[in-house]
Amino acid sequence: MKKSIITLMVVLATIVFSGTAVSGVEFLRGDQALTEDSKAPEKKKQMIVKGNIDRSYKIQPPMIPHKIDKEQINMKVNTCMKCHSEKTYKEKKAPKAGDSHYVTRDGKVQETVSSRRYFCNQCHAPQVEAKPLVENTFVGAK
Amino acid sequence: MTKAAKRGVFGTLVIGVVLGIILWGGFNTVMEWTNTEEFCISCHEMEQTVYQELQETVHFTNRTGVRATCPDCHVPKEWVHKIVRKIQASNELYHKFMGTIDTPEKFEEKRLELAQNVWRAMKETDSRECRNCHKFVSMDLDKQDSRSADAHDPHYWEAVDGEKPTKTCIDCHKGIAHSLPAGYDPATDEVAAH
Repeated sequence: MKKSIITLMVVLATIVFSGTAVSGVEFLRGDQALTEDSKAPEKKKQMIVKGNIDRSYKIQPPMIPHKIDKEQINMKVNTCMKCHSEKTYKEKKAPKAGDSHYVTRDGKVQETVSSRRYFCNQCHAPQVEAKPLVENTFVGAK
Repeated sequence: MTKAAKRGVFGTLVIGVVLGIILWGGFNTVMEWTNTEEFCISCHEMEQTVYQELQETVHFTNRTGVRATCPDCHVPKEWVHKIVRKIQASNELYHKFMGTIDTPEKFEEKRLELAQNVWRAMKETDSRECRNCHKFVSMDLDKQDSRSADAHDPHYWEAVDGEKPTKTCIDCHKGIAHSLPAGYDPATDEVAAH
């Protein structure tokens, strides 16, 4: 009795996990067997947008509409501030780092970006041209 | 002139020419050998610091696989300027033997000063070494982002209304091949006093 239950479960599990053939449902990984290497994702180009990328929700940190691979953010320098600093944003026609970025955790306003906001790409990220994997009707905040 | 004297003059000439070729050729070969990346990074001071940083940048890794080596940017191409630079390099040999920057810590301490030396030299030569490869006449501003195209507008680099150009490559393009030094502020393009 016990043996036949186990056999039945193994058979069921096999059917479930080899899914596609039986149920006709395609998993995100495609119709390939679990043991096969998954297909490499398609290469996507980084988005370069004139202006800015629309936010998805109200207080979302703005996304980066340009390449950043030449920028350096480390202990010594932060080259994002070449354009986005208080001193240069007007001349470079770039958005200025928000006032909140100059405030320390104790509420002091500094002349340079506060250390807790120093690493820009912790919140701000460049985007790639990637369509949603599943079709949906989401509309971001404008 | 007697026959013997003629032969003597001719012989001296031939020997002179042959010696000249050997000596000059030898000199030039050695100089060109010191002008290779292999030679530059045979010192750990260069190999473990600036060379590692270079590999991360577009001058080493890029879409088309064309790359710049150390001497492309740091040694002039024209003979006279090249010789002058090579003579100046004897100072670098001195510091190599003195071990001035033989640890990463020592190098980091000197980085600002060394970077400023290179920036100054590039400013003085109107970024001559950049222009060995990058030429404004070959630059298609339409293929650049609007911001870059604005900055490369001819009024920066050609005489306009009799005015001399005010900017050169290095004014904006600092730290494109190596890490920027601490103490340099990219926002103001100034070095903090210390």
